[in-house]
Amino acid sequence: MNAAAFNRRQFTAGLGAVVVAFSLGPELARGQERLPGGLQNNRRLDAWIRINADGGATVFTGKVELGQGVLTALAQIAAEELDLPLSRIEMVSGDTGRTPDEGHTSGSVSIESSGTALRMAAAEVHSILLDLAANRLGTSPSDLTVASGVIAAPDGRKIGYGELVAALDLKREATAKVRPKAASNYKVVGQAVQRLDIPAKVTGGAAYVQDIRLPGMLHGRAVRPPRYGAKLESFDEVAARAMPGIVAIVRDGSFLGVIAEREEQAIKARAALSEGAKWSGGTELPDPEREYDHLLSLRSVDTVASEKQASPAPSGARVVEATYRKPYLAHASMGPSCALAEFRAGRFTIWSHTQGVFPLRLDLAKSLQVEPAAIRCIFAEGAGCYGRNGHDDVALDAALLARALPGRPVRVQWMRDDEFAWEPYGPAMVMKAQAAVADGRIVDWQYELWSGPHGVRPGVPDGSNLFASWSLDQPQKRPFARNIPLPAGGSDRNAIPGYDLPNHRIVNHFIPEMPIWVSSLRTLGGYANVFAVESFMDELASAAGVDPVAFRLAHLTDPRARAVIEAVAKKTGWKTGETGDGARGRGIAFARYKTLATYVAVVAEVEIDRASGMVHVPRATAAVDAGLIINPDGLTNQIEGGIVQSVSWTLKEEVRFDRRGILSRDWASYPILTMPEAPTVEVELINRPNERPLGAGEASQGPAAAAVANAFANATGKRIRDLPLNPARVKAALG
Amino acid sequence: MAIDFTVNGKATSSEAPPTTPLLWVIREDLKLTGTKFGCGTGLCGACMVHIDGKRAFSCQTQMSEMVGKSVTTIEGLSPDSSHPLQKAWLAEQVPQCGYCQSGQIMSAADLLKQNPKPTRNQIVEHMSTNICRCGTYQRIVRAIERATREA
Repeated sequence: MNAAAFNRRQFTAGLGAVVVAFSLGPELARGQERLPGGLQNNRRLDAWIRINADGGATVFTGKVELGQGVLTALAQIAAEELDLPLSRIEMVSGDTGRTPDEGHTSGSVSIESSGTALRMAAAEVHSILLDLAANRLGTSPSDLTVASGVIAAPDGRKIGYGELVAALDLKREATAKVRPKAASNYKVVGQAVQRLDIPAKVTGGAAYVQDIRLPGMLHGRAVRPPRYGAKLESFDEVAARAMPGIVAIVRDGSFLGVIAEREEQAIKARAALSEGAKWSGGTELPDPEREYDHLLSLRSVDTVASEKQASPAPSGARVVEATYRKPYLAHASMGPSCALAEFRAGRFTIWSHTQGVFPLRLDLAKSLQVEPAAIRCIFAEGAGCYGRNGHDDVALDAALLARALPGRPVRVQWMRDDEFAWEPYGPAMVMKAQAAVADGRIVDWQYELWSGPHGVRPGVPDGSNLFASWSLDQPQKRPFARNIPLPAGGSDRNAIPGYDLPNHRIVNHFIPEMPIWVSSLRTLGGYANVFAVESFMDELASAAGVDPVAFRLAHLTDPRARAVIEAVAKKTGWKTGETGDGARGRGIAFARYKTLATYVAVVAEVEIDRASGMVHVPRATAAVDAGLIINPDGLTNQIEGGIVQSVSWTLKEEVRFDRRGILSRDWASYPILTMPEAPTVEVELINRPNERPLGAGEASQGPAAAAVANAFANATGKRIRDLPLNPARVKAALG
Repeated sequence: MAIDFTVNGKATSSEAPPTTPLLWVIREDLKLTGTKFGCGTGLCGACMVHIDGKRAFSCQTQMSEMVGKSVTTIEGLSPDSSHPLQKAWLAEQVPQCGYCQSGQIMSAADLLKQNPKPTRNQIVEHMSTNICRCGTYQRIVRAIERATREA
């Protein structure tokens, strides 16, 4: 083991300040009963459901479609409880003027929160409709049957939902007292229905935010500084104004932007302005050669995530130590971030692919110095974002430009280099583990991690998290970054393993201020922590001389956890004690996402070209338990995509920088997995009809990464603990 | 000077300066927004169209090269979304976010035109010009294989 030496004393040194977890949810008003899921914060039935005169339903959700298929799954839930065909459900999503405020669409919780609210609200609306019909038909609700939105009495008389609309009053608080259907009666939920958003996506008809065309619309671009925090001293306005199509040049503090008639004119003007702009100051970045040492030297807020001391480790136990490292990762959306803004009669309308229209509105209001009520934020689907990328920041760019030309909508799309250089990355992390094994058991487990914040999003009280707002004439305060509290956790997400560890201590060194702009990338700390924990489990299994599958099972009592491991081992024909041949090998890893959600076990195969140092993952197999399955094909698609993205992160990805700035600015300097490099993924789903449905968008990335690293060790006998497993590291490991 | 060319079978004339990338004329003048801006450097494939029947990065093609040429975009691939690839993409439920998928389909259509029965390796090699961040690669391969069977 090449782990940096550290012992228990060093491990605990420097611990002190303990942050009190803060609540993300609003205070529960006195006397109010707690309602399930998203109903808790949006309590009226008409906030969620409207029955239309044509007998169909409009469903309102604060959660938004990010390509994960969530609107289809939510529509399935509503259709099921309302006894309507899926085609009669119209979804309205993410609009501060129309939908409930459900915060951000993040953390794979939409099905749990919005889905639960819709299930309960729809069941209640269904029951109210039955009561109305029973009253009109002079019968009892329990005698009525419903099919496709038509209520029938035993004698054959029928009433459609549409006929009941005039009498239906949904302006009332949900009671959540109406029992939803039993899973055994489901007709729509659990079916692999075709996703509602896909037809337009294969014909060029999809209206992404990037494709919205408003009458009189102009095109804007912002000019970014050469490095974080640089101040704009001067720029060549005359030269830019002389360019074709220029309508306005806007400066506010160190924000500089241009508006043109046509998109390519705005792009050219941006280049010219960028050329002539003089900047001063700004932050120097750490030496990339010493990046992780620098990370460990930053001021941290330290908390004990979990601690248990049952008995001291027996003497003679074998002690294993290892340190794992994860670089900054980019969201690297295929479509650079885009927003449209219109400023008319003192009010802003913003179209954005933000993950949270309401929180974004709060930060926009502060930055633009208007009341939130003067802004309407409307979600429009964009290219996949995989977390908080530039989608929120570009909305402020568009608003700052639109404010200069009242009545004219302005569309801003970032350029590829802006997208790479100015998105907030998933932070670099260091994980140190030390454990003792005796008689095939882990008798002591010590783990500490260092990480920047993962949840830097709009909507916090003490400032604005839109980066352009920090350098306006009237700058906004950059809020103090906080960790997302356990049990879901932020940087410490999945730092507490799901294994039975009678002696353990897990410490989170949360670094509020990072030298590089960071926020939420899919899984938050989960990817790096599962990579470390599950790599380390294999190292311990090896030290104990036990097969990795058997070793994991020996430390797991949760039957659902055991079931996914056993299922994937069976499906892949895992052989106890199997080892690779120097060029090929297999590895397994497991995690329960957030330690409280979806269970995933992955077996990955690797092929190593020792000459080039290239690692290829030809195949990965996953077993998944996401509770009650709403849409099996949607779930499978999320797991497949999650594994492919994780293999890309694990083998190839790393944001490059030097002391002067970010160097990853295009697909050549930040390559991702291509089709020839992608694994074939097989997914086995374990349906649990009586368990609550769980999200799956982030469940597979951690296990996939560790399975690849374990497969590499299985193939070669060498362990790589620094991500990514790129040719340089592979060649160094193989000597 | 106006540049005359054809888009999806219709004669078109563009007044855009000759150095303007075809992508902007398609998206801004013709309002055919199925073709996407992804990188502007021919590294991602989101802007893929056909020019005279062969795939081309529209972000890398200047209008000066377009005189007399014929362009097909995703909107013109079939009159009624019935191209075997579009049907296969639906059947396999390929897209997640979908932003890259117009380009993927246009690349795949180019392959099937040259080689109606490609092997898996030929598919994967041909499609390496188009990246997908959501990780839908294996569904893309499956959809292309399905289209070759059902075409």
